[in-house]
Amino acid sequence: MSRLWIVACLLCTPAIAAAAETPSIRVGSKAFTESVVLAEIVAHLAESKGVAVEHIEGLGGTRLLWEALLAGQIDVYPEYTGTLREEIFAGESVDDAEALREALARFDLVMTKPLGFNNTYVIGMKEDLAAERGIRTIRDLRDHPDLILRFSNEFMMRADGWHALARRYHLPHADVRGLEHALAYEALDKGVIHVTDLYATDAKVRKLRLCRLRDDASHFPNYDAVYLYRRELETRTPGLVSAIRSLEGWIDEDRMMDMNVRVELDGWPESRVAAGFLAETRGIDTRSRDPRWFRDVVRYTVEHLHMVVLSLAAAMLVAIPLGVVAANRENLAQPILGLVGIIQTIPSIALLVLLIRPVSYFSDELGFPQAVVALFLYSLLPIVRNTHAGLRGISPQLRESSLALGLPRWVRLWRIELPLASRTILAGVKTAAVINVGFATLGGFIGAGGYGEPIFTGIRLNNYSVILQGAVPAALLALLVQGGFEFVDWLVVPRGLRLKPSG
Amino acid sequence: MIQLHDISKRYGSACAVQNVDLDVAPGRTTVLIGPSGCGKSTLLRLMMGLIRPDAGTVRFEGQALTPANAMQLRRKMGYVIQDGGLFPHLTARDNCTLVARYLSWSRDRMEGRLRELVELTHFPSEGLNRYPAQLSGGQRQRVSLMRALMLDPDVLLMDEPLGALDPMIRRNLQEELRSVFRALGKTVVMVTHDLAEAGYFGDAIVLLRRGEIAQAGSLHELLHAPADPFVTQFVNAQRQPLVVSEGTP
Repeated sequence: MSRLWIVACLLCTPAIAAAAETPSIRVGSKAFTESVVLAEIVAHLAESKGVAVEHIEGLGGTRLLWEALLAGQIDVYPEYTGTLREEIFAGESVDDAEALREALARFDLVMTKPLGFNNTYVIGMKEDLAAERGIRTIRDLRDHPDLILRFSNEFMMRADGWHALARRYHLPHADVRGLEHALAYEALDKGVIHVTDLYATDAKVRKLRLCRLRDDASHFPNYDAVYLYRRELETRTPGLVSAIRSLEGWIDEDRMMDMNVRVELDGWPESRVAAGFLAETRGIDTRSRDPRWFRDVVRYTVEHLHMVVLSLAAAMLVAIPLGVVAANRENLAQPILGLVGIIQTIPSIALLVLLIRPVSYFSDELGFPQAVVALFLYSLLPIVRNTHAGLRGISPQLRESSLALGLPRWVRLWRIELPLASRTILAGVKTAAVINVGFATLGGFIGAGGYGEPIFTGIRLNNYSVILQGAVPAALLALLVQGGFEFVDWLVVPRGLRLKPSG
Repeated sequence: MIQLHDISKRYGSACAVQNVDLDVAPGRTTVLIGPSGCGKSTLLRLMMGLIRPDAGTVRFEGQALTPANAMQLRRKMGYVIQDGGLFPHLTARDNCTLVARYLSWSRDRMEGRLRELVELTHFPSEGLNRYPAQLSGGQRQRVSLMRALMLDPDVLLMDEPLGALDPMIRRNLQEELRSVFRALGKTVVMVTHDLAEAGYFGDAIVLLRRGEIAQAGSLHELLHAPADPFVTQFVNAQRQPLVVSEGTP
């Protein structure tokens, strides 16, 4: 059994190595450049006010940020009035700014005045294709049902999204589906798709030479950029709140598009663009935090391993006993196996979002704890199932022999049954570990760090080298885990079980 | 030593054992014999409390066997099954000393007992550090016997202990086993389907048919005073090999 202790100690090391500090405010941003830049501006302002700040960037989707803001896992993030109306308060009458402000007050949230630009949705396509077909307005699309329309998943779901748009303009296009927004540009450029949703200040409009189709019927509402923050911030960091509010009306569409272009076309880090904006317009000097590749890869690795190891260790502590119970109580076997099976069928991104609120009761951190809990839940099935199968697979003769020796239940379990089932149990743990290494990249979706962070950032910036920074080590890690288990097999599986039987 | 009183046991709708009364005498070898499915192994398991009877009582040394005391009482019984039932993840030594270690025997006491058993069973002592997969069938059966005898039980229960061995080895082990039984003077209950083996070991033979005792007595009685036609039929079916064993004492 002493070998099990070695394993236990090995499992704990990364957990000790990565203890996190608590910042005094957290800024969130969505998974597109503009949102990250606007959040970086707040981060730099906070720094200039001496407030410790953490920017949890590139979170996947409005719902996620909204939940995180309500749960207090982030304090402030940039948002658009149209998004609040159409997505958060859909069905409520919050037509003017005052009504919206009141609706937000119910949640103890405050919205700044517009920052100065209206980043409404526009429908876009390649300039040359539009010219060739003579398409200028959204209405013109009606005469071209052969065009392939693909919209961001968010746009497909929104109240003012595709379905409302199609009704408004009587668009005949069939088989219109959702697509990750960052991939849509690539597809548009390659001609795989023809029409997609864009933002008014999108840098890609310049980069990919896109034309924005006119919205004759004024279908899209205003998407004025604002900051949304928790009311308690006014008492906690009043200086920062007034600094944020001083940005109201300072960022117009041209300036925002410039900043987007700096990041997406010139490859500047968002932090440097934000610092440049503050220095230029407000005379505030802050230090830009440029990414450093080697240091970052080390950090991603530590975070990724931390997630995988922690979730796996917790899953083993829960799943092996559950498997033991399932193997010994026939009436509990089906409920237990069924339950962990159902967990497995929850889509991973939905699970991450669902976990935000419950997890916030235990931790005020966003990303890491949710990712660990999600990975923990996904690890249960292979371990529970293999523990159950391993124990049930012990031959009746051996079971009877151990019973006949007159050993108590727990000694039989510990000295005979678990060692006999060890190989099968370990196979389940290994499956869970390899799956976890892959699944953990989805942590990038909710700001958990790890290899998912560069992958998601890379997709957002359409920058392959950044994607590879996450994808290559993740693949290597999966191989390493696979290999590492050969060693664990040697540690844990009794020698007698690895021998080929003689005559 | 072991008394079964009016024992019945069903598996689903099939009746494994029906109204059996049996008294296993101390210090002697009792052999349970009969065609497959006659309930002989079930009877052995009932004696160990590995299964519970639907009706009737099992007494061990005068004490009624219950789920509460079965674990304690089993330590006074040694159990050997057909293929040995050794745990493949433990060495021969660890298989033998598993229970002794749980009972916190001293190392000296364990090693002393192992030395006695190695001598008794003619097991090569260097084999103690091998795993079951590294031992021959005969060696595995010797280890199984050592494991059963480790705590010096009052009773030895054996379910077809030599059944999986080839005839040559089986013959040698039969001789050795009988001399072990004689040397120890223990109560032995053995299950076999082989009348020759039953006659070779058994002070008393219990012939079972469909869960009931057809006849209990010596081999001589079975041969010469069969209780009913089934006994004659069973005996005749195995008559040929008996020419050899009937002559031996």
